[in-house]
Amino acid sequence: MADTSLANLLQSSESADTRPALGERVLEIRDLNVTFKTEDGPVYAVRGFDLDLDAGEVLGIVGESGSGKSVTMLAVLGLLPRTAQITGSVKFRGEELIGRKPKELQAIRGEKIAMIFQDPLTALNPVIRVGKQITEALRAHHTDLDQREAMGRAVELLDSVGIPRPEVRVMQYPHEFSGGMRQRAMIAMMLANDPQVIVADEPTTALDVTIQSQILELLKSVQERTRTAVAFITHDLGVIAHVADRVQVMYAGRAAELSSADVLFHRSRHPYTRGLLASLPSLTGRTGRLLPIVGAPPSMLNPPPGCAFHPRCPNAQGKCAGEQPPFDPIDGDPKHRIACYFPVSADGPQT
Amino acid sequence: MTDIRETAAVVATEPGATADAVSTAALGMGVKPLTPTKLAWRRFRRHKLAMASAVILLVIVVMCTFAPLFTKYSWNTLIRNPSGGLERFLHPQHGHWLGTDELGKDWYTNVLYGGRVSLEVGVMAALASTFVGTIIGVAAGYYGGWLDNLLMRITDLFLAIPLIVSLILLTGLPANEPWARTLFGPSQSVRSVTTIIALFFWMPVARILRGLVLSLKEKEFVEAARAAGASDGRIMFRHLIPNCTGQIIINTTLSVAAAVLLEGALSYLGFGVDPVKTPTWGNLLAHAQGQTQLLPALTYGPGIALVLTVLCVNFVGDGLRDALDPKQLSV
Amino acid sequence: MTTVEAPPTLAVSDLVKHFPVRGGGGKVVVQAVSGVSFQIGAGRTLGLVGESGSGKSTVGRCVLQLLEPTAGTVEFEGKNLVGLSNRELRPYRKRIQIVFQDPYASLDPRMTVRAIIAEPLIVHRIKGDREERVRDLLALVGLNPEHGNRYPHEFSGGQRQRIGIARAIALEPAMIVLDEPVSALDVSIQAGVVNLLEDLQDRLGLAYLFIAHDLSVVRHISDEIAVMYLGKIVEYGEAEKVYEHPQHPYTQALLSAVPVPEPSLERGRSRIMLQGDPPSPVDPPSGCRFRTRCWLAQDICAQEEPELKDRGAGTEVACHFAGTKPAGFDAKPS
Repeated sequence: MADTSLANLLQSSESADTRPALGERVLEIRDLNVTFKTEDGPVYAVRGFDLDLDAGEVLGIVGESGSGKSVTMLAVLGLLPRTAQITGSVKFRGEELIGRKPKELQAIRGEKIAMIFQDPLTALNPVIRVGKQITEALRAHHTDLDQREAMGRAVELLDSVGIPRPEVRVMQYPHEFSGGMRQRAMIAMMLANDPQVIVADEPTTALDVTIQSQILELLKSVQERTRTAVAFITHDLGVIAHVADRVQVMYAGRAAELSSADVLFHRSRHPYTRGLLASLPSLTGRTGRLLPIVGAPPSMLNPPPGCAFHPRCPNAQGKCAGEQPPFDPIDGDPKHRIACYFPVSADGPQT
Repeated sequence: MTDIRETAAVVATEPGATADAVSTAALGMGVKPLTPTKLAWRRFRRHKLAMASAVILLVIVVMCTFAPLFTKYSWNTLIRNPSGGLERFLHPQHGHWLGTDELGKDWYTNVLYGGRVSLEVGVMAALASTFVGTIIGVAAGYYGGWLDNLLMRITDLFLAIPLIVSLILLTGLPANEPWARTLFGPSQSVRSVTTIIALFFWMPVARILRGLVLSLKEKEFVEAARAAGASDGRIMFRHLIPNCTGQIIINTTLSVAAAVLLEGALSYLGFGVDPVKTPTWGNLLAHAQGQTQLLPALTYGPGIALVLTVLCVNFVGDGLRDALDPKQLSV
Repeated sequence: MTTVEAPPTLAVSDLVKHFPVRGGGGKVVVQAVSGVSFQIGAGRTLGLVGESGSGKSTVGRCVLQLLEPTAGTVEFEGKNLVGLSNRELRPYRKRIQIVFQDPYASLDPRMTVRAIIAEPLIVHRIKGDREERVRDLLALVGLNPEHGNRYPHEFSGGQRQRIGIARAIALEPAMIVLDEPVSALDVSIQAGVVNLLEDLQDRLGLAYLFIAHDLSVVRHISDEIAVMYLGKIVEYGEAEKVYEHPQHPYTQALLSAVPVPEPSLERGRSRIMLQGDPPSPVDPPSGCRFRTRCWLAQDICAQEEPELKDRGAGTEVACHFAGTKPAGFDAKPS
């Protein structure tokens, strides 16, 4: 199935029916390891990570600092610096991405797999007009477009993401846009080449909550329209509840729990997930004392042996410090997996 | 005070408190505190070239400073042969590794003693100029407004003045003007040359530090100090300047190299330290220049010493720049 | 509101702060804060919420006189701090302190933790055993007292924030201004720091001005809430009342925009979607500043600025049509 030649990739970008069918597996990550060489020693950012993403769904990836959520996706896109050592397998629609030459990855990036970043101010080039940045993205992957056609398409794109007066805006510089509009422009740029997979790395974290609401609606409508697969990285569980079909919780470079959104919020089994949910203050009622998870996320220079969460885990026992628990299905549900020897009981207290 | 004490005892028994102590170990906190100096030293050691240069530099400095330990002559001793005649223009040989000049002075000895002065001028000029530049830069950056304007215009003025020409003019002044003599020192003395060089070296430091202070003073830890009631002076000396030490050290080091070179140039042109009073690498070079017909090897000693020193100081400066990278030490 | 005989710990009246815009010739100003008034009683917490551009951080800094207010009064324990010289302000610096948002930038990286916490004590020449005091403070905020000789970069974000808190309480102040104290921390760590703040408040009788944009955290810790929009307070009252029965359309929009970690609730919600972006604080709209994005706006909103007062629901609201039930999806301005 996997013919990995560059010519094939380029060819497939021109044919019309390359969009994946609904439910087709577009991204398959197996045993991904990312280690950074630093002057203090190796940093084990991602350790033995698995992930599946199907067309048409929104997968939420939740984690705190050190969880490796961003690094994973950057590895998929080949955007990590040279000091990063990557092993494992990342298959995009059956074709292996790890070890590919940078030129080949360039062809995939932006066109087949597109990424939105957290801070649109740094992701957009401040000295190039917004329209030009979009046309650049377009013409990088569609060499037959001339500048005029590309600019027309750029205006269409800005309009489709809800930017008023797009024909004026297209000639402006990023600093003339507000934060929310910049993010819309980034989304427009990302949509320019009709990607099959969208990776959104904390796209609304830096935005005001009312603007965040707008952007999330936009992303949802885009996703519903195009049925693109979306990997949505965030630390905000409220946003996850809003957009995600399935959720993968990451801790210290590994997967902790994977389930549908409903199951995660009502019947999560991993102590970390539960701890996370329990520590959230409620918008709807004033609770008593908050319940933090004791301790802090570990340094990835020296991750704890065995299960990385065991120093902070209320359920931890001797075994947990020994060998890393396998990421296996639980409750007889193949769609619900956790990496834990002593999961929380199914009917514990929830949010 | 006792109020806090009692409260502390109660809070400390709660699980959250001790758990933090546990997580501290998990964070990989070492046994001893990791001071910024230790971090910097670790990074410096990694720079092979800088380390090698530092060693060479150390050798040079030790030999020049403790010259009497390394040579039995004085710089103006005239070497005589057993029959009483002067040993002039000896080629480099055992006992006189760099030969002798037309008066019979041992050149190796002269290079060592000359090094003393060259290094002294270099280091003192660098220190003085950095000191002045720091004060001006920090004041300008911190206070802003008209003071900043004034100080920066003065800086610009000094930067615009052509260097060598001004130096030459100024070195001549003390000979004719008594006020210059009191300000700079006797004409062509070590003191006057040092002072005059320092006069033109402070501007880059001032500019750099002003920029640093401008960005630092917006940082929240400075606001915190102000909120605590700290005076301007305390903020400048306790918070701002310590966070600039990296730049200050780098700048001082590079200034030393430049000052040594400049002294060399001045002395070579004849406007530096008076060779009658004391040798410097610069005036030794000038002297050797005149004798190239008869013994070109005389230029090697001071020339190599000068170039080697300046190179090594620059490499050490490079290493320091990496080691003291502000991104890693401060916020 | 609170009924106390002694003056409230903090009473701000008609606070105004304008920043001149460069190149505007002195005429053009950013109206960051345009007439804000509130009170905080001893041991109480006022949550000041708003989005970027609301002016809430500026209010915090004006209260501490880190910024000089353009107009208005800031009465701390009865004394107006505005216009006092640095020297006159000094004794008050002991009584009112601040905790900053960024745990990485708020501690001097070249000072040991001990020196950082002891600094307020040194500045005010407090006698006594400073060493011991610092150790007590470290223990109080849940850190190992032996780690005083370490440097900030050796600690995690949550721990650094605790160090900042220790520094703030070193002089036993009556009030602390907290400017987004947990926003930069991981979610699971936030809870611990919030708990610490509440504990300290109970034990030391501190008043808090809690400035934040995270409405859930603010709800948890605040007694009263003030909602700011473009330099003005649009709603002000008891936390319970404001959250349960928001009267001002902006408050309603804000609350409806916050994503709640509960999928069934979250997806089924009817949301108020504000259109567009907030107007510029350099040139705010006439009359009610929110009218350009408000679905209730009428002519009167452009002509007459609504006063912040109780309009029957027990909270103070600045809206001509306060209390109107929210419209639903995509409410567009009329």
